[in-house]
Amino acid sequence: MSADSYGSCRLRLDRGDFSLDAGFDLPPHGITGLFGPSGCGKTTVLRCLAGLERSAAGVVRMGGEVWQDSERGVFVPAHRRAVGYVFQHARLFPHLDVGGNIDYGRRRADGKPQFDRDETCELLGIGSLLERRPGQLSGGERQRVAIARALLRGPRLLLLDEPITALDTDSRRRILPFLDRLHAVLRIPVLYVSHSIEEVTHLCDHLVVMKGGQVSQTGSTGQLLSNPDVFGEAESGVLLEATVDRYDAKEQASWMQFSGGTLIVPGFSGDPGSIVRLRLLARDVSISLEPPGTSSIVNQVKATVTGVTDSGEPHVQIHLEAGHSRIIARITRLSFNRLALKNGQVVWAHLKGVAVKPGPVA
Amino acid sequence: MIDSGGWLPHFPGAGPLWLTIRLAAVTTVILVVAGTPLAWWLSRGRGAWRTPIEAIVAMPIVLPPTVMGFYLLILLGPAGPLGRFWVTLTGDALSFSFSGLVIASCVYSLPFVVQPLQNAFQSVGEASLEAAATLGASPLDRFFSVVIPQSVRGYLTAAVMGFAHTLGEFGVVLMVGGNIPGETRVISIAIYDHVEALDYGKAHVLSAILLVFAFLSLLMLYFINRPRHER
Repeated sequence: MSADSYGSCRLRLDRGDFSLDAGFDLPPHGITGLFGPSGCGKTTVLRCLAGLERSAAGVVRMGGEVWQDSERGVFVPAHRRAVGYVFQHARLFPHLDVGGNIDYGRRRADGKPQFDRDETCELLGIGSLLERRPGQLSGGERQRVAIARALLRGPRLLLLDEPITALDTDSRRRILPFLDRLHAVLRIPVLYVSHSIEEVTHLCDHLVVMKGGQVSQTGSTGQLLSNPDVFGEAESGVLLEATVDRYDAKEQASWMQFSGGTLIVPGFSGDPGSIVRLRLLARDVSISLEPPGTSSIVNQVKATVTGVTDSGEPHVQIHLEAGHSRIIARITRLSFNRLALKNGQVVWAHLKGVAVKPGPVA
Repeated sequence: MIDSGGWLPHFPGAGPLWLTIRLAAVTTVILVVAGTPLAWWLSRGRGAWRTPIEAIVAMPIVLPPTVMGFYLLILLGPAGPLGRFWVTLTGDALSFSFSGLVIASCVYSLPFVVQPLQNAFQSVGEASLEAAATLGASPLDRFFSVVIPQSVRGYLTAAVMGFAHTLGEFGVVLMVGGNIPGETRVISIAIYDHVEALDYGKAHVLSAILLVFAFLSLLMLYFINRPRHER
């Protein structure tokens, strides 16, 4: 367990057709994504941390407490572990209204929740739903209530099990701002299970990548995003850090500075001076040798070629440096040959899709 | 032991009627309370004993009441294990007494209370219980705050079934209780007596009461268990 870790786990579970053998450290702040394909054991890890898997062996330490140590016969039962667990299908109590649901954990909290009842309702926008029954809520509302219920329990660790996977695209888009707000203000670590690259690169600061019941990679989202082995070449990219200059209400776009120049991002990204992270996928970057002309691609920055990754596929990855920032471009082999790119060559990178990835900058 | 005089209305057969209602009420309360842990164990247990116990609980449904009554008589009689214990404890005999009838009724109506409870408990998903656990509820707390509130229909069904079934008891009562007015002379025995004595008028009154009650009980059961969207 490293010094800046909040908790750690080492878990083993054998269930015949599936075996889990996973261990990782949990950083004290931010959202850690537990990422991997369906059936790789992500949810099982969450259940083990919450104490819902009695048959799991191993060690779980969290915030200075030992929750499980099989060799010493320690197993703290689920109701004595200060976790907030948000299940994939919310699992609200059907016999209670929304108010009763969020009070259920609040009345049994042993620690003081970071936010009181009113603040939590405000944070998740559920103040007007308190007298409704769970059956009268939309999927997105149900998940927001489930998150409020988990937070008011006063957890030292928040576990989110694919909270938005079961939602339709529209509800998903509407719940994300709430998760972003949570991300910005929450002081406890969050473990977020998902199999969606989009979700984890958007929300998570750190990633634990799982495969077949084992942890295959861990690291910051930026590190793992630029590693094509993790998400595949098509989905790899970089995270850029930028400072917001201004928001232009007429153009509905934000101007911001990063070490390689100016970027314009659609929508409001934050107040002037605030630091944001931008996700830039390699497939959204193209390269030209000429200075920029008029194009629908507004973001064009000068960059230096620093390397080429060629794995024999029809596409190659060009590594660029703009200021101190690393950028990866994924271009076809044909373009690569035509442009005759060399290390140290100065080119123009056209950045097609730049998405703001919210959350505090680590 | 039972006195229908004073505040209770007088009509032919009032004595046996009130005795029966008292018997059914006491039996139902005992069974709902004692049946709860049993039904819970049956709904969650995975041990080797579960299936045999489940079969034993269901026995009164298929066993002829006279057979059950015969064994209960042996058990409750002054020479029987339970009867002897009762005599040393209270000085009274269990057979041919109201207390003996209550014990017999509890056996006779057991499955009608335990099975609805068991079904209700089974339909309380593990999902709700796990959610409650992660919110800090201990196992006992989960039972009272999640299982019971989600099993209200099951409890109503169990109470109605237990009460109605005890009300119509005949064979078992005849075997262990006999026909002592105010002590063990329940309504179905009274009807039998009236018919024996060719007093059809009195038999009619009591039978009609049971008929109407049976209909109302079933009506209530179907109302309780109507699908949610119809309510």
